[in-house]
Amino acid sequence: MKSNSNSNDDIKAIKSMMERSSRFLSLSGLSGISAGIIALIGAAIAHHLLESVKTDDPGLLYFLRPFPFGEIIMPLVILAFSVLVLALASAIFFSWRKARKQNLSLWVPATKRLLTHLFIPLIAGGFFVLILIDQNAEILVASATLIFYGLALINAGKFTFGEVHYLGVSEIVLGIAAGIFVNYGLLFWAIGFGVLHIVYGFVMYFRYER
Amino acid sequence: MKGIISNLHKVFESRIRLGIMSVLVVNDWVDFNTLKQFLDTTDGNLASHLKALEAKQLVEMKKQFVGRKPKTSYQASEAGRNLFAQHIEALESLISKK
Repeated sequence: MKSNSNSNDDIKAIKSMMERSSRFLSLSGLSGISAGIIALIGAAIAHHLLESVKTDDPGLLYFLRPFPFGEIIMPLVILAFSVLVLALASAIFFSWRKARKQNLSLWVPATKRLLTHLFIPLIAGGFFVLILIDQNAEILVASATLIFYGLALINAGKFTFGEVHYLGVSEIVLGIAAGIFVNYGLLFWAIGFGVLHIVYGFVMYFRYER
Repeated sequence: MKGIISNLHKVFESRIRLGIMSVLVVNDWVDFNTLKQFLDTTDGNLASHLKALEAKQLVEMKKQFVGRKPKTSYQASEAGRNLFAQHIEALESLISKK
């Protein structure tokens, strides 16, 4: 007959194997930290670009109203795109490093599910932001990006560390605040994509990787 | 008590088989190499356990070609899911008995 402690070990082994195989556990805290730092650098550059065309002095990390499109729109778009690519690349790099350390491949069944659940709200958000710009409502862009990003994280959180869920909730709260204080879009962006990622990264790094 | 014991299925007695079933019930098709990574075992060992589970129709197998390489994937069958659920239940009630 099977002994009690044996059954207990079996259950533990089953649980850990289900967990290990259904979640993407290679996401590294360092990914969050590096993505956050890149976002902060991007926000600083954006701030300088906005400074260069400002007429009066509305303070730190503002969004100008009316938005000074025209001359600096292209540099801003290029900047935003580079920040996105660099942040993604660094996130993938650190995850790849962690996966190698764990002797797992980066592409496990959970990876596909994580990405699908992350990108559906994200792409919807991308289109919505384009609509906002088309409707001359660019003051709501910061709010919309943060809210959709938060929703995407909550959706994807089921397939990786549970803490991602709380990062998502924080982004949504911040996004709503950004919709109320529309003049501080860049500031909310810097907090949401920069500071929150860095805080999250440190928490994860010390919790799981030390 | 007798009912519980009879729900503990011999076919799941090995750790590797428990592991295989655990992975397969929470995922759709999983290929051989991924399974091998999760279970940290050798080709031969994993293959023989999979074969045993397949013989009892608890897992299903499919072969595909990715480029020129054959890729074998597995998923838990309906019967396999049910039997494994029973097995877990039996384990859990054994623990709570004490």
